[in-house]
Amino acid sequence: MLDDVDRRILRLLQADPATAMPELAEATGLTPARATRRVDRLREDRILQGSHAIIHWPALGYAVSVSLRITLDKAVARAFDEFISAARAVPEVIEIQTFLGRVDVRLSLIAKDLSDYQRIYREEVLTLPHIADIEALMTVASVKSDESLPL
Amino acid sequence: MTPDDLDFVILRALWANADQSTTQLGQKLGLSQPATWRRIRRLQKAGVIAGRRLVLDAEKLGFGVTVFLGVKLATKGRVSLEDFERAVGAIPEVQTVDHVLGLYDYRLRVVARDLADFERVLRRRIMTMPGVGNVEANVLLSEERRPGPI
Repeated sequence: MLDDVDRRILRLLQADPATAMPELAEATGLTPARATRRVDRLREDRILQGSHAIIHWPALGYAVSVSLRITLDKAVARAFDEFISAARAVPEVIEIQTFLGRVDVRLSLIAKDLSDYQRIYREEVLTLPHIADIEALMTVASVKSDESLPL
Repeated sequence: MTPDDLDFVILRALWANADQSTTQLGQKLGLSQPATWRRIRRLQKAGVIAGRRLVLDAEKLGFGVTVFLGVKLATKGRVSLEDFERAVGAIPEVQTVDHVLGLYDYRLRVVARDLADFERVLRRRIMTMPGVGNVEANVLLSEERRPGPI
């Protein structure tokens, strides 16, 4: 089980995944060898699963970000699977989530501008299988996006 | 900057795994370590790479429930949006806050230990905030991230 030191290590790494081992050791009061062992164990236990680079899409010219909330036609047995595998083939889709609630699936979609969005929406989204209803929320601003866990 | 094909290959590789060293990455791409480093540095300076996100197993850490909340503000004129954003962003369980246009004003991603814990966060911290009107909750079942058009 995790103890307070593990949690402190995860908190520090969460705030800055590039934190070097000596720094981590100093901040937690461990020797560098012990800190390394702790981090290795967190990796082995698959609690710590690695890190991703965060891509800031506007810097690549993708100024538009839309959240599509989709209800599927549940009368079709394989509606979820077929919808999701088709959605994966749309390059501009960067997140796919499924839900329990009023919404079945949410897609995060990026586009260069509004006319690009309109093209993707008409040609690639509305043609996805088994959509019963779809609502779009356009992101105006991302206020908080670190996705940290309150450890 | 206008990234070339090699930049996109680097972006995709770091999107998949940002733990690899520039030496490891360079070897895979047939690029020297300094050349790889320079390209990554340029992508960072141009703001294309905005940082690194740690991947943790939320469930193993005791966070069994993630909920997406759509929040409509009831009194937009009186309460400033900034006040709401500051207050909601300060709640530790709130992982992301997006100001959106459409059916709702904000989309929040909230993490909790279980549904009872989520209810506590929702009732005591989010619903008590000034100006909060209609709220819709959807419980996350599965999630996948895609590399996007790179």
